[in-house]
Amino acid sequence: MANITVSPTRMELTRLKGKLRTAQRGHKLLKDKRDELMKQFLDTVREVRALRAEVEEELMTVHGAFTVASALMSSEALEQALVYPKQSVELTMTFQNIMSVNVPVYDFQTQTRSDSDIYPYGFAATSGELDTAVDALGKVFRKMLKLAEIEKSAQLMAEEIEKTRRRVNALEYVMIPNTQEAIRYINMKLDENDRATTIRLMKVKDMILKESLEEKRAETARAVKTFGDSSEAPAEV
Amino acid sequence: MAVTYRIAAVGDWESVMGFRALGLDTYPVADAAEAREKVRELAKDNCAVIYLTEQLARDMDDVLTRYKDELRPAIILIPGREGSLGIGKNNIQRAIERAVGADIL
Repeated sequence: MANITVSPTRMELTRLKGKLRTAQRGHKLLKDKRDELMKQFLDTVREVRALRAEVEEELMTVHGAFTVASALMSSEALEQALVYPKQSVELTMTFQNIMSVNVPVYDFQTQTRSDSDIYPYGFAATSGELDTAVDALGKVFRKMLKLAEIEKSAQLMAEEIEKTRRRVNALEYVMIPNTQEAIRYINMKLDENDRATTIRLMKVKDMILKESLEEKRAETARAVKTFGDSSEAPAEV
Repeated sequence: MAVTYRIAAVGDWESVMGFRALGLDTYPVADAAEAREKVRELAKDNCAVIYLTEQLARDMDDVLTRYKDELRPAIILIPGREGSLGIGKNNIQRAIERAVGADIL
């Protein structure tokens, strides 16, 4: 720990130990979450890539068909033919929860009489190529909607993975080592205090012993002095 | 959830006109500035999916980034009439890099 601001007390030590336990458990859980998310994400991404390539290719075909159609019709006629759509699309969005990431699931309803009758124009004034183009686009559209769904999921999951990865790293490389360092610091400080106390007690005991010894010696000396003159007493008590 | 959303297509007129026949809301725009306004407007409105041509998206990176992490709308790039620019594929790549921290695929 770069700057130690913990106070070396037992209470703080208990608190830090609890914190470390929580951090370690959180780290493990987040790591599991990250791994599972990553697995799902990579699956989704693979799907997105394949589908996107497919959609792009088919859309180019559709664009080509429209180009042909517009070459055969005047742009005014084309605009007129397409300006008032016969069917309308409504989208309902529900959510699916993948590892706490809400991803959208689209479901669309077309309001039209039948699937084959999607052409918003009479056939008299338009060319057959336009029918082909609209028909092809209708087929691509389902894939496009699926693409929207999984591509958005991929983006949202990417964001969540990034967040989770940061959290895992923060726990692993900052939070947990810092707490461990603080715990070690407190332990060392407490041990040091213990030793200091022992030494102090020993010193105090020494001093008291020395004091009482000196007192006793002084007493003996006094006694020898008082009684030594009058009679033959033993030299030592 | 009974809320219904709309699907929009934003792009030049030739690229989006076909979607009109399918019943999507089409918004022909001339340039990126106009498209930017339109996308913002649609995002506030109840629009869940916006198909945007890559030709416009090229100059609208800020808008794409802004809505990338929102649940709605999903802005999906489609190739315009002039062909694919690879921006859509590139975006997937960027998502991977973002998630993994490195380009792994």
